[in-house]
Order: sequence, then structure tokens, then C-alpha cells
Amino acid sequence: MADKVNFELVSPERLLVSDAFDMVVIPGGDGEFGVLPDHAPLISTIRPGIIDVHDGASIAHRIFVGGGFVEVLPDRCTVLAEDAVMVTDIDRAQVEADLAEAELTLRDAESDHDRRRAEGNVARLGAMLEASRAN
Amino acid sequence: MANLKALRIRINSVRSTRKITSAMKMVAAAKLRRAQESAEAARPYAERMARMMGSLASAFAGREDAPQLLAGNGKDQVHLLVVVTSDRGLCGSFNVGVVRAARVRIAELRDQGKEVKLLCLGRKGRDMMRRDFGSMIIDTVLGLDKRLSYQMAADVGVKVSELFEAGEFDVCSVVYNRFQSVMTQVVSWQSLIPAMADDDGAEAPDLGGAVYIFEPDEFEILDNLLPQNMGVQVYRSLLESQASEHAARMTAMDNASRNAGDMIDRLNTLYNRTRQAAITTEITEIVSGAEAL
Repeated sequence: MADKVNFELVSPERLLVSDAFDMVVIPGGDGEFGVLPDHAPLISTIRPGIIDVHDGASIAHRIFVGGGFVEVLPDRCTVLAEDAVMVTDIDRAQVEADLAEAELTLRDAESDHDRRRAEGNVARLGAMLEASRAN
Repeated sequence: MANLKALRIRINSVRSTRKITSAMKMVAAAKLRRAQESAEAARPYAERMARMMGSLASAFAGREDAPQLLAGNGKDQVHLLVVVTSDRGLCGSFNVGVVRAARVRIAELRDQGKEVKLLCLGRKGRDMMRRDFGSMIIDTVLGLDKRLSYQMAADVGVKVSELFEAGEFDVCSVVYNRFQSVMTQVVSWQSLIPAMADDDGAEAPDLGGAVYIFEPDEFEILDNLLPQNMGVQVYRSLLESQASEHAARMTAMDNASRNAGDMIDRLNTLYNRTRQAAITTEITEIVSGAEAL
């Protein structure tokens, strides 16, 4: 039996990570969960947060995702992220500026559709900021 | 006999045309490289998305309560065709091919008594369709050929889902140029709604009898995944179309430059002959004038 998880992280623009790791911790829609080899098949949503990729005793990657989906099969774990950045690459000043702007958009939102989208944006950027602080 | 001055002007004008076409060819080549890279970079996501859709679809197979975006609303009376073309011309048969395919499809559907609506992405498609099918165009999106971001495609996807939910149409498909190589672009169809009709080889993995766990539950996942999938499919066809556009333009401009070169050669020969004929005539005149004395 495989003793590693084949982890793949793809965003619409590109393939970010594709390698085998010991464990992946994912911020699922219903709470965080860890994926070890031979996990039961699962499909879940992802809420904005950090994916921790563990290899050996250390964390190999910390990746911020703004939402998306994950499909887990016994031998692999595929994350479809809406937008994904390595936590170390987050530009905090930029995020703060974006967040301020998104909050402004949310306040001025007129239609339901705009409001929903703005809310999503604020939540995503807030989580991103948190992620950069935690690092 | 052709006038020497007129010939000179003609040669110069063809020369400057060649300069323009060869510059356009080089620009297209540079843009092609970028477009091709991003089209290839987007492929893994679209493929994995298709795989996940396949897994979900298999979980819903034969169930009556599958969401309409996935399984369709059971009717196929009104068809929406999304026609992906470029905003700019001078790219050979790139736009013509897509529009021709769309025309054939429209004729077929009309023969079957169906209603057709059009959503045009790109100015050229709209301009070509407007004359014959002006009343069927419900919307046009322009400016997609600048810097294509996923967000732009997602917006188109949202627009399509909203129209679907408003009951504007029953079935939706996209027609676009798929990039195969620099020399060949293939006009392709892709079904957007119902999403299940996808035949990209999205096969459900063999679970050995196990059943997927869905978190929070399959409906919530589908609610999020389906619009996302729509955006991804649109994004992918836009990227493919963009790469094809630049490839088509590059080929067209290469041909144009070559033709201009041939024409310059021909005109030059003609120019030289004409000049020589004029000189010969003059000499003959002088000689016969001198003999007459």
C-alpha cells in the first residue's frame, strides 16, 4: 500500500504543487481535516484558509487558498483552488489595501449579486490577511 | 505600356504593405507563445475539474433530484450558442470557420423546429452574425482578447447561469477554435448545460465499491462546483481561442508577406522591362534620326 499521498494543487491559471507527501491538512467546508494515505473517497468544499502539507516531521508547504474543492481518493488528493498563493508570498500591504477596497465595495453594493460577491471577497481577503499574520 | 512612375509607386506601396504584414506576423508570434503557455497552464485544472465532475455525476447517475445545471431541465426547445471569436480581423479563416459552424448548427436546429439564441464573445463574430441573425443575439461580450483573466471568464459563466435560471434557454453549447498546432486550429463544440453531456473522457475512478463521502453534502458541493465548472469551461475555450487566433494570424500574415514578396519581384521585372523598352525606343529614334541626315 502506498505510504504517501499524491497531492496536487491546481488553480485555474496553473499547477502549483504536484508531489507525494505524508499528510495534508485541508480547511474543509465543515472544518479542517487531515488526509493520510488510504483515506476514504471524499469530495468536499474548501473555505478560505491555509492548506498545510506535511512531509516527515516538518511542514513542506503552507498554501493559502481562497476557496475551492478537494477530491480525495485512497492514493491521491487533488485540490482545485480558486486562487492559491504560498503563504510566504503573500504581500501583506497589498492584501490590506485590497481588503479596504473590498469593504468599500461591499458598503456600496447595490444588487444582491454584487453584495454576495463583495462579501465573498471580504471573507477571502480577511482570511488571507490572517494567514499572513500567522506566518 | 505601363507608366514607369505608376509602377514605381505600386512597388513602393506593396513594399510598405509587406513591412506591415511581417511586423504583424512577428507580433502574433510573440503573443502566440504567451497565449500557448497560458492555455497549457490552464489545462491541468480543467482536466481535474472534469474528473471531479465525472465523480459527482456518477454519484447522481439515475437520480431525479440532480440539479438542473448538471442534468439539464429536461427540455431542449431553446438552444443558446456561445460563439467565441476575436475582436480583430486579419487572421485568415479563424473567425469565418467558427461562424460557418454556427450557421450550419443554427440551420439544423431551425429545421428541427427549435429556437436559437446567440451569445457572442468577440466583435468579429457579432458583426458577421448580425446581418442574418441579428434578432437572435441576446448579448455580446467584447474586449476579451486583451489580458484574459479567469475572472472575466467566470463573469461570462455567471451570465450564462443567470440566463439559464431565468428560463431563457434549455441547452447551451460553446463553439470555438481549439488550438491543435500553429498550422491547425479545429472548430470544436462543447456542451455547457447540461454539464453531464461532457465527453472529455471524464470517467469516474473505480472505487472498488466504495462510496464518496460528501462534505457538507453533495448538493452544496454541486451548488458551488457547477458555476465554477462553467467559468472554467468558458475560460478554457477563451484561452484556446486566443492561442488559435494568434496562430491563425501568424500563418495568414506569413502568407501575406510571402505574396507581397512575389508581387514585388514580378513588378520589379515588369518595371525593368518597361524601362529597357523605353531606352531602346529612344536609341532607335536617335539612330534613325542620325541616319536620315
